Amino acid sequence: MKTIEKIQKKSVVIKFAGDSGDGMQLIGYQFTYNSAYNKNKSLNFPEFPSEIRAPRGTVAGVSSFQLQFGDENVLTPGDEYDVLVVMNAAALKVSLKNLKENGVIIANENGFDLKNLKLAGYESNPLEDGSLENFQLFSVPIEELTIEALKDSPLSKQDKERCKNMFTLGFVCWLFNRTPDNIVEFINSTFSKKPEIRDANLKALMAGYNYGETSESILIQYEVPPAKLGKGTFRGIMGNHAMALGLVTASQKANLPLVYCSYPITPATDILKYLSTYLNFGVKTFQAEDEIAAMCAAIGASYGGALAVTGTSGPGMALKTESLNLAVMLELPVVLINVQRGGPSTGLPTKMEQSDLLFAMYGRPGDSPVPVLAPSTPSDCFYIAFEACKIATSFMTPVIVLSDSYLANGAEGWKFPKLEELPEIKHKQLSSSQKIDNYYSYLRDENMVRWWAIPGNPFTIHRIGGLEKNPETGNVSYFPEDHQRMTEIRKKKIQNIAKQIPLQTTENNINEGDVLLIGWGSTYGVIETVARDLNEKGYKVGHVHLRYIHPFPSNLQDIIKKFRKVIIPELNTGQLVKLIRDQFLVDAIPFNKVQGIPIKHQELLNFVLTQLK
Amino acid sequence: MESTQIKNQVSPKDYASNQEVKWCPGCGDYAILAQIQKVLCELGKKQENIAFISGIGCSSRFVYYMNTYGIHSIHGRPIAVATGLKIARPELDVWVITGDGDCLSIGGNHFIHGLRRNIGLKVIMFNNRIYALTKGQVSPTSEQNKITYSTPYGSIDYPINPLSLALGSEATFVARTIDRDLKHMNEIFKNADAHKGTAFVEVYQNCKIFNDEAFQRYTEKGQKENNTIYLQNGKPLIFGENNQFGIILNNTKPEIINLNDNPIPHENLWIHDTKDKTKAFILSQFTFPGYENFPSPLGVIYQTEKASYEELLIQKMNEVSQKRKPVSINKLLSGTKTFSYDE
Repeated sequence: MKTIEKIQKKSVVIKFAGDSGDGMQLIGYQFTYNSAYNKNKSLNFPEFPSEIRAPRGTVAGVSSFQLQFGDENVLTPGDEYDVLVVMNAAALKVSLKNLKENGVIIANENGFDLKNLKLAGYESNPLEDGSLENFQLFSVPIEELTIEALKDSPLSKQDKERCKNMFTLGFVCWLFNRTPDNIVEFINSTFSKKPEIRDANLKALMAGYNYGETSESILIQYEVPPAKLGKGTFRGIMGNHAMALGLVTASQKANLPLVYCSYPITPATDILKYLSTYLNFGVKTFQAEDEIAAMCAAIGASYGGALAVTGTSGPGMALKTESLNLAVMLELPVVLINVQRGGPSTGLPTKMEQSDLLFAMYGRPGDSPVPVLAPSTPSDCFYIAFEACKIATSFMTPVIVLSDSYLANGAEGWKFPKLEELPEIKHKQLSSSQKIDNYYSYLRDENMVRWWAIPGNPFTIHRIGGLEKNPETGNVSYFPEDHQRMTEIRKKKIQNIAKQIPLQTTENNINEGDVLLIGWGSTYGVIETVARDLNEKGYKVGHVHLRYIHPFPSNLQDIIKKFRKVIIPELNTGQLVKLIRDQFLVDAIPFNKVQGIPIKHQELLNFVLTQLK
Repeated sequence: MESTQIKNQVSPKDYASNQEVKWCPGCGDYAILAQIQKVLCELGKKQENIAFISGIGCSSRFVYYMNTYGIHSIHGRPIAVATGLKIARPELDVWVITGDGDCLSIGGNHFIHGLRRNIGLKVIMFNNRIYALTKGQVSPTSEQNKITYSTPYGSIDYPINPLSLALGSEATFVARTIDRDLKHMNEIFKNADAHKGTAFVEVYQNCKIFNDEAFQRYTEKGQKENNTIYLQNGKPLIFGENNQFGIILNNTKPEIINLNDNPIPHENLWIHDTKDKTKAFILSQFTFPGYENFPSPLGVIYQTEKASYEELLIQKMNEVSQKRKPVSINKLLSGTKTFSYDE
């Protein structure tokens, strides 16, 4: 019986890295869900090349998955990792720089042959040349052991070798003293129709787990306490999935059929994927010929009375601009989800960035106000999608939702709501027989919102169009006063939304003091972690995280005034900071990063500290 | 009693909105507008169940003149907008009003994909072979060497062939008519209405201001008889002021026969078959390079039956709903695997 050292840690950062065909994303997500089922809070950060299969063994082809899990304070995927799992030499080469001192390396020894070393640019084998002596290295012949474990399987050698990710995952489960139950279920359901592959994967998983148990060379095991997240029932969820669920739920709540029109684009495509499986909820999905058609079809569907949504990313958003402006002019509800990625142009398709905010705010010809919302965590995508549908249909306006690839691909435990717990959606649609006295197309209520009159109703027959109109009749008009008035109405209507959205609060309940950190979108975790750290150190640092960016919550200025300094961390070169400076005449300080990766805890902490001096 | 009956009688005027029509005097659009109003009236359509979706251009102002639902959308996109409406509301009659620039230039992508999808839209393309609203530039259907505001020395662009393009896009209904032949327009619009799936109708339309007389050879007495051929399914291809010309098909090569000189029996002439796509393609080439001497065909060039997009969509939704166990939205939200915290 071997003696195992048990390492107690409140949280652990682990990184899986391998070739883009090695299945690193798959085991990353499965381990994320395993963390959730073992009651750890977790956040992940997947990184993969935009090529489907970049050249094997090369640095360019490395796909990796970083995850932090632990107690309730885990809010980011972590800066440096405690444990690094590498499937080949290139993966080590790319990932080693962020491994903590004395961190653990689990290396697939079979991925370090001469060919792999050469491709990765190593002159000697780092597993043998002593260069890793500052780390705890466990060199395991994962490939060999997997093939050995599957010696009775009828699969080809190549197929057996492909099970090495499951061996790895099994071993990692052992390392963290976890049962791999959810992974067993996953394999059973995924390969239910391919029993040979199913059995091989299960066998490899258990072989990896047992290897930890029996191997004489592995003498450590981690123990990470469960998170205290409050009583309730949770599930694992990814951002794009949450977004899709938010849309379906809003459709059910509003009793409006959902029509989702989209064109494939990374990283938004998964929303279409999820929604296309919900046909039995009356969801209609339409994969259009291009981004323009997707947005236009959403407008057509909205005119017909559907809850119309389109999803895209930066380059597609550019193409939708023209039709988005039509929706502004028609005053029809359409939700436009932009899962942001690095830009400009094709930019960084698989990397995160928050650089479409000013485009969402101002990127349209004419004075064309559109509400802008942004989710702050993967599960918040659900609530923001719901909220966007609510605002769109109750204010008769297109709404832009700014998610990003980090939220889209991030997974977390989610205390999901029940339909009955969600707020009502009071939309402006008239039933097909509802009569409105003296109806005309731009007749408005006290919030300046027009009716959503739909074809089929004999009492509300009307035409609308992109031309300017007379506010009293809805007929085309080029009169100077009419354009002035309509422009003001469109602006005022969007401002009126501020009356109905919740007041802003600070995340960490620090409401006055030295520094206010204002963030939006996927930087929530790192900003909150930094704020809490500084609060523990005695600094009065508040954190406001904006989910409603246009219009801002009506009390935002009151909060800002109570702090000496305002710092705005963003993954762009300074966009929210411009809006805040513009609206509140405050000398907000930008903190920016555009590397396609998250802001690190330490770098933001250091920056705020310098500002606190 | 009698007076109420008269009052209840629907007339084409009931399909006209209260807006003043603002096309130029003498524009071909007037005739098309009047004919569509007449057709809808004759078919007894209810105004509230009809939507007209247009793009940008002179023709697209059409929408404002109809007492139906409608969107005057953006340049080139009416088919895309109409597609969304038809997906959301398959039971509506959705008509698209577009022009040659709107449909074939800026909207070309939506045109080909709308047709291949076979979604139940009636696409009426007004072809005046000019950009008129922007005051006269060459359009994708303008003839080569045309002198316009944007081509003072003559255009070098070759024109596109709308009917061939439609056939190449797997359209299931392809027809051509002309603004000056009211009866023919009436018949073709009715055929389009009756068609399941996308119906594409090209309407030769005269622009009085920027391209007057572009279709004179197809409209004026003494010219039109020899320059047009009215197609009727199952009937031989015969034209000319005295029906003196017939067309035969030698393999894939059409030939004009003077029946006075060569009185071959009608059954030996090319018999129009709307279901024959290959022949339809040859017909669509008439008047274009290689076929300059042939008359312009008017009528239904091609028509076939194929399930429409909206039919297939509804069918698919029903199939999936029947196959999959009904689940509540709460079940969808919880997913298949949950876990609980006690504190």
